[in-house]
Amino acid sequence: MYKFLEYGVYGASILLILIGLYAVLTKKSLIKIVIGLSIIDGGIHLLLITIGYLRQGTAPIFSPGFENAAAKMVDPVPQALVLTAIVIGFGVTAVALSLVIRLYRHHRTLQIDEIKSLKW
Amino acid sequence: MRKFLVILILAVLGFYLFEAFSGLGLGFPRFEHGVKDYYLDKTVSELHVANTVTSIVVSFRGFDTLGEVTVLFLAVSALGSVLYKRRHDVGSRSILFASSGIVRSGSKLLFPAIILLGVYIFIHGHLTPGGGFQGGAIIATGFLLMLLAYENFRVSHHVLSYVESLAGIIFVVIGLLGFIDGGTFLQNFLPSGILNELFSGGVIGIIYVMVGFKVAAELTGLIYSVLHEKD
Repeated sequence: MYKFLEYGVYGASILLILIGLYAVLTKKSLIKIVIGLSIIDGGIHLLLITIGYLRQGTAPIFSPGFENAAAKMVDPVPQALVLTAIVIGFGVTAVALSLVIRLYRHHRTLQIDEIKSLKW
Repeated sequence: MRKFLVILILAVLGFYLFEAFSGLGLGFPRFEHGVKDYYLDKTVSELHVANTVTSIVVSFRGFDTLGEVTVLFLAVSALGSVLYKRRHDVGSRSILFASSGIVRSGSKLLFPAIILLGVYIFIHGHLTPGGGFQGGAIIATGFLLMLLAYENFRVSHHVLSYVESLAGIIFVVIGLLGFIDGGTFLQNFLPSGILNELFSGGVIGIIYVMVGFKVAAELTGLIYSVLHEKD
């Protein structure tokens, strides 16, 4: 049962990364490519959080009643890292979407194979 | 053909990733004397902060957080400059439909509660889950709700930029004040108080409140400039 959970969590996060990569590599619409980037972000965050997990652990917060539970706490380092990564991912998505808006304004289309000015 | 090739590459990539990570195991303590134990120990004994993630983000790795806030600021300014539009450019294609009365009165009712929740989350960032980034994002959600419900709801760009700059300046000044006692940047110079009380942790609470203000102002400005790109 526990083995199943282990494979499930790692498999799900890797599957999310692969789905995002598939969208980035094959989709033609720029909006779908940005969505794919966001899905890759989500998969990587899940993977990092999973690495820090401790069996029957608690959150790394010393609330009343948990002052001496340091040995049972999950790893706080990946959580702090993912907090940073979420903010950076948000910034990346915002800038990418603004570039998409700009491209749409210029070319009047969102399909990358119809934007021919970069092809030679 | 191309899709087949992509699926093949992704299958190989997924196989090796899964091999690497399934060998890692789930839920084992990985390091005997890792950096985790140091952080968990010093958070309680030195900083008197309950939330270890907050103490890592604001104190141990506070300089990184300053960089992170700068990256967010940079993203918002990049968005503003990319979306910039001159007067004689083609008209905007965005159409805002008038929202129904239920949405309008409901969002008017919810808006103060959302702001209050955001403020609660970033003030208690060192005690409970959450903090400046999360609280700021919640406040920006409240503004998004108002912008969607009322098409003539206006946010002053001047007020937003003043709030944002002031919060950033206070963050840096608090960091520089750490030099007073011959310490380092972002060194704690206030009394650190008792664990699990609101006024504990010295400068950590103040810095996270400032981060909350900064993130809220930045995200609100971002949403506003995307929604009203013709201004």
